[in-house]
Amino acid sequence: MPRLKIEDLDKIADQQRRKMTVREGGGKAKITVHMGTCGIAAGARNIMSTFLKEIEAHNAHDVILTTSACAGLCSREPMATVELAGQAPVKYVDLTEEKAKKIFASHVLQGKLVQDYALSIGSERIQ
Amino acid sequence: MKQYRLQVMVCAGTGCVSNHSFELKEALDREIKKHNLQNETEVVYTGCNGFCGAGPIVVVQPDGIFYQLLKVTDIPHLVEEHLLKGRPVKKNLYTPPAEKTPIPKMADIPFFSDQTLIALRNRGMIDPEKIDDYIARGGYKALAKVLTSMKPDEVMSEIKASGLRGRGGGGFPTGVKWETCKKAHGDTKYVICNADEGDPGAFMDRSIIEGDPHAVIEGMIIGAYAIENVHQGYIYVRMEYPLAIKRFQIAIQQAREYGLLGKNIFAKGFDFDLDVRRGAGAFVCGESTALMASIEGRPGEPRAKYIHTVEKGLWDCPTCLNNVETWVNVPQIILKGAKWFSSVGTGDVSIDPWGGSKGTKVFSLAGKVNNTGLVEVPMGISLGDIVYKIGGGIREGKKFKAVQTGGPSGGFIPESMLDIPVDYEELTKIGSMMGSGGMVVCDEENCMVDMAKYFLKFTQEESCGKCIPCREGTKRMLDILERITIGEGTEEDLLLLEELSNMIVESSLCALGGSAPNPVLTTLKYFREEYEAHVKNKKCPAKICRQLLTYTIDQKICLEIGHGCGVCKKNCPDAAIIGERKTVHYIDPVKCGKCGACYDVCNFNAIIIE
Amino acid sequence: MELNVQQKAEEIVNRWNCAPSNVIEMMHDIQNEFNYLPKELLYEISNKVNVPIAKIYNIATFYNAFSLKPKGRHRVHVCMGTPCHALGAPRVVSAIERELGIKCGDTTPDMKYSLDICGCVGTCGLAPVVIIGDDLFGPIKVDGVPRLLKKYESK
Repeated sequence: MPRLKIEDLDKIADQQRRKMTVREGGGKAKITVHMGTCGIAAGARNIMSTFLKEIEAHNAHDVILTTSACAGLCSREPMATVELAGQAPVKYVDLTEEKAKKIFASHVLQGKLVQDYALSIGSERIQ
Repeated sequence: MKQYRLQVMVCAGTGCVSNHSFELKEALDREIKKHNLQNETEVVYTGCNGFCGAGPIVVVQPDGIFYQLLKVTDIPHLVEEHLLKGRPVKKNLYTPPAEKTPIPKMADIPFFSDQTLIALRNRGMIDPEKIDDYIARGGYKALAKVLTSMKPDEVMSEIKASGLRGRGGGGFPTGVKWETCKKAHGDTKYVICNADEGDPGAFMDRSIIEGDPHAVIEGMIIGAYAIENVHQGYIYVRMEYPLAIKRFQIAIQQAREYGLLGKNIFAKGFDFDLDVRRGAGAFVCGESTALMASIEGRPGEPRAKYIHTVEKGLWDCPTCLNNVETWVNVPQIILKGAKWFSSVGTGDVSIDPWGGSKGTKVFSLAGKVNNTGLVEVPMGISLGDIVYKIGGGIREGKKFKAVQTGGPSGGFIPESMLDIPVDYEELTKIGSMMGSGGMVVCDEENCMVDMAKYFLKFTQEESCGKCIPCREGTKRMLDILERITIGEGTEEDLLLLEELSNMIVESSLCALGGSAPNPVLTTLKYFREEYEAHVKNKKCPAKICRQLLTYTIDQKICLEIGHGCGVCKKNCPDAAIIGERKTVHYIDPVKCGKCGACYDVCNFNAIIIE
Repeated sequence: MELNVQQKAEEIVNRWNCAPSNVIEMMHDIQNEFNYLPKELLYEISNKVNVPIAKIYNIATFYNAFSLKPKGRHRVHVCMGTPCHALGAPRVVSAIERELGIKCGDTTPDMKYSLDICGCVGTCGLAPVVIIGDDLFGPIKVDGVPRLLKKYESK
């Protein structure tokens, strides 16, 4: 390892930022892929990998990707929910890799909802 | 750079390691591979999370799902359900005592949510063996700031203004100590980190070192820069903490490779290096002069401090010694400012550095509370809040009796005083002290005379023997307490105890002796009726002092449930138990030596103690 | 195993730069390797580092970490921290004494186990704690002692 210069601190922090965003649970956007048995059968794993690849490709440090259980709408799987900080979550249905890429580019990165694939805005709350 | 969506944080503090967290990680890695999740999930070791009673602990990020008491056999299900399908596994979540619904998120668990983190800010967030993790959380930024934009005097005034006081127990204002060391004559000076955490029941320093060793190192480099003429430091860690020693050694090595220790740090012309020294199992080495003697390779005997160690310390050079927790606070004060730090806590330190207690204090909460572990709370919080809100109250619904703060130097605090704020001066006023932060909760089943005897036995054994008041005085006090607990005490003994205590407090050479009588004095003050029960009625109300108890066997249980198993008879060293197998057993009260072996070994709770 | 005293002493002394102030560290290394401080090694170190043997004995007897007597292969320690005490460590000590047939501080005649108490090891959440060799166990109940020791029976 080389001796550090002061500006190297920021470089290292930057390289590690993605890891830290995940650990700290912060981030500006959160994508949840629904991974119930039905979701996995319908190809949710693929959608998950696509999102992860997009995050890597765009170096999108502050996007968090998680999974959750079946959303209860098995006929429209694979599904994903996109939630930007401070905004209502949006549910997307009948996803494919192409659609996932588009959603990522438009909604996650630029904040523009992709109306065509969206099912609903907002979600039920569990007490 | 690889991007993971999940971070599985496996606690690798001493407590969790002893409960097989290394095996957990292996199982996690194996199962993750099986489900082809290895490109999405990273499994990371972290330092101690402080909730050691719930170990081994695993936290799944980004959602902060908190798993406790995990076994290797739980892992396959957990990986499939949670990591793959996103459904947290209910049975491994934390459920508060006396409740039914589990709390999935770490941040919602009262034990964690009521804490304020400064010293423990990186706990569970970083891998302590990776310097890059520390840097990613803003590590070594304070050092960079100090070396580029602050003069040593400016660093000094910032620390002074923050109101930071010694976290090792004494509460001496850190800034004042640094300044005195700086003004002392000498071309060679030293800084030392005291990690000889000898107080039984205290494990703050262990946890901090295991979880965030670089923060200590950064604090020490900043201290060395502020004091000036300091190019070498020592970290004195007790040998009972092998993992802490290892983490420090790794951290120092990494810091050296990055050029953060050694010559010409950050190319700013400042040299400083650090070495670890292992303690050798002597409590007195937590005392500064004894600790320095030990680093010099001598027996750890304290000396009279007519001249303070900041003037003449290690190898007779001016030496600034601070506790682990004190050093850890330093980088945060530099980064966020004295104002931020002093906004937390009690009193006002702007004129008098002793005028208040600022910032947070880490306590290790243990004993008869539901949630044992490490808690960091703002100064000024009430003891009751710590015991009941964070600690979750007393185990098994028993009745609270006392909380012991400050280890062998501190005292027992009764229920009536639970609402006093935690603050250096307040705790001293009632006869206890802040100490390094051990907090042991006692319930109705703890005998206060026995606890006082325990501490006195501890200090007596650890007394280095140099000065007579401590060496002989504590021995005499222990003799009296032994007498009381075997039923041979008299009422005069209580007066004699007080007299001896006051003599030892006034005339001992160092603080070990000077504070040794505190546990006795406070129990005499607040729980005198228990002493009186021992000396007047020859009874131990908590049923702890064995010589004051009588042992009998419940015939019904012995015969009907135990079927006269005979285990007690086999284990009785005095051959005091009569009875054949499959018949009722009896204890011969004349022969009975009251050792309690029968009570310990009976599988049917048939032995009655009164 | 024949111990080459000269060579061992040389190795340890060099590891610590032959500095008299590092004598305690050297003794730690010896203790860790042999489970006690063999007399011949101490004399050799004394010669090499130029510290009087009386001083080395002073250190060896002052600090609890060092033992001048050989100890058993499995060193059993019972933690004596406050929480361990409050949760019944003295009863655990009696139980181990009964199980091994020795008193605290002693070693079994076959040199297999020795039993000692030790200062707080800082894992108070697991109280009462027993340490055997490098392994730490807790919470240990009195009736769990035989099972605990059994793990080391064949080692």
